[in-house]
Amino acid sequence: MISAPGILFEGEATIEGRRLFAPLSLTLDAGRWTCLLGGSGVGKTTVLRLLADLPTGADFVGSITATDGTNVADQIAYMAQDDLLLPWATVEKNIVLGARLRGQRADEARLARLLDRCGLREHLGKRPSALSGGQRQRVALARTLMEDKPIILLDEPFSALDAQTRASMQDLAVELLAGRTVLMVTHDPGEAARLGHAIHVMTSEGLTSVLPPDIAVPRAVDAIETLTCQSDLLRLLMGQAA
Amino acid sequence: MKIFPALAATVFAVAIWQLIVSITDLPRFILPGPLLVAETWWTNLAVIAEHTLVTAQEVLIGLAIGTALGIVTALHLATSKTARMLVQPILVFTQALPVFALAPILTLWLGYGLWSKVAMAVLIIYFPVTSAFFDGLMRTPSGYLDLAKTMQASPFRVLWLIRVPAALPSLGAGVRLAAVYAPIGAVIGEWVGASKGLGYLMLLANGRAKTDLMFAAMLTLGVLSVFLYLMVAKLTRLLGDRES
Repeated sequence: MISAPGILFEGEATIEGRRLFAPLSLTLDAGRWTCLLGGSGVGKTTVLRLLADLPTGADFVGSITATDGTNVADQIAYMAQDDLLLPWATVEKNIVLGARLRGQRADEARLARLLDRCGLREHLGKRPSALSGGQRQRVALARTLMEDKPIILLDEPFSALDAQTRASMQDLAVELLAGRTVLMVTHDPGEAARLGHAIHVMTSEGLTSVLPPDIAVPRAVDAIETLTCQSDLLRLLMGQAA
Repeated sequence: MKIFPALAATVFAVAIWQLIVSITDLPRFILPGPLLVAETWWTNLAVIAEHTLVTAQEVLIGLAIGTALGIVTALHLATSKTARMLVQPILVFTQALPVFALAPILTLWLGYGLWSKVAMAVLIIYFPVTSAFFDGLMRTPSGYLDLAKTMQASPFRVLWLIRVPAALPSLGAGVRLAAVYAPIGAVIGEWVGASKGLGYLMLLANGRAKTDLMFAAMLTLGVLSVFLYLMVAKLTRLLGDRES
C-alpha cells in the first residue's frame, strides 16, 4: 500500500487586503480523513486550492509542509463538486486522462481493477452525457484514483448528488481511499460526521476542532453517535453564523 | 433548417415579386419577373453552370486556405502571450480596412485568374475564423485547467486534449460564418477583373441590360452559398461529435 505523509498547513489569507481567513493551523494526519466543514465564503475551498497549488485570487502568507519533507502539490489528486469529465471523451479516456496529459501509458491492470470496484465496466465506451449524476461521480472518483497519489483533496465532491447516492458514494470513497491522506471540504455536517477521522469547523475567526464519534469510518448514517455529532456540528455552524 | 417552412417562405417571396412585376408593369431590364428569370436560367443553363463551377472552385479553395490560416493563427495567439501582444492589435487594425479596396491590387499582384479571387475570399474569412476559434481557446472552463494542473500535464497536451476539443464548437461557428462570406469575397474579386465566374457573368449581363440573366446568376450564387453553408454545418457537426 501507498505510504502517505501527513500535512501541516499554517497561515492566513487576504483578498485585496480584506481578510479571508485568520491565521490558522490545520493538521492532516497521515493516511486519515480530515473533514473541513464550513459555510460558503469562509475560505475552506481556498485552503484546499492552496494545498493543490491552484490559483485562488487570495494572498497567502504561511507554509504548507509534508511530514516526509516532500512537496505537497506534487503528490495530490483532486476531485471537485463538478465532475469535470470531458464531454467529448469516453468514460475510459476520462479515467486515464492524467496519463494522457503527461504523455504516459495508462496502467491497464490498475484501470481494470478500478473499473470493477467502481462498477463502471459496462460504461467504458460511453460519453459522460449518457451517465447519471452518481455514475459520473464514480467516473470522477476512478479518475482521481487512477492518479495513485498519496494525498487526496476532495472539494464537496458529492454535494450535488441525491441523499442515497451520496451515502453510497461516501462508502465507496472510504473503501477506495483507505491509507491515503484525505482532506474533504464540505458544508454538510452529516458528511463530516460520517467520514472524518478529524473534523474541523471553519469560520472567519478560525478553526474549531470537534472530536468525532469513536466508531470506524464510514459511520452508519443512522448510528446515534453519528447523528449526535451531526447535530453538534450543525449547532456549531449555526451558532457562529448568528 | 426545416425544409417545409423554408420552401413556403420562398414561394411567398416569389409570389410577391411576381405580383409587383405584374401590377407595376416595369420594363424587363428594370425588374424582370421570376418566370422570366427562371426561363432565362433554363435557356442559359450551360453558361451559368460553367461560371458557377469557376466560382465554386474559388470559394472552396479560399475556404480551405482561410480556415487553415485562421486555425494556425488562433493556436498561435492562444499559446503565446508575445504573439497576442504583437499580432492582435494588427489583426484588429486590418479589420478596419475595407478589404474590397484591396481587390484591384490583388488582381494586379495575382493576375486575372483563380488566385486573386481565392485571395479575396481568404482575406474576408480569415478574421471571423481566427477570432471565433481564438475566443473558444481562451474560454476553456477553468475547472478542466485546474484538473490538468494537478495532473502535471504538459502545456502542449492540455492544448491538444482539452483546449482544442473544448473550442471546436466555436471554430465550427466561425467556419459556418466563413461559408457565407467566402462567396462574397470571390464575387468581389471577379467584379474587379475576371473572364469567368458568376461575378463576371453578373457584370456582363448588367452591361448588356440583360437584367434577367443578372438575376439568374445572382440567385445561383445564393443557392451555392446556402448549399455550402449546409454542407459546412453538417461537417462541423460531425466533427463535434467525433470520438476524442
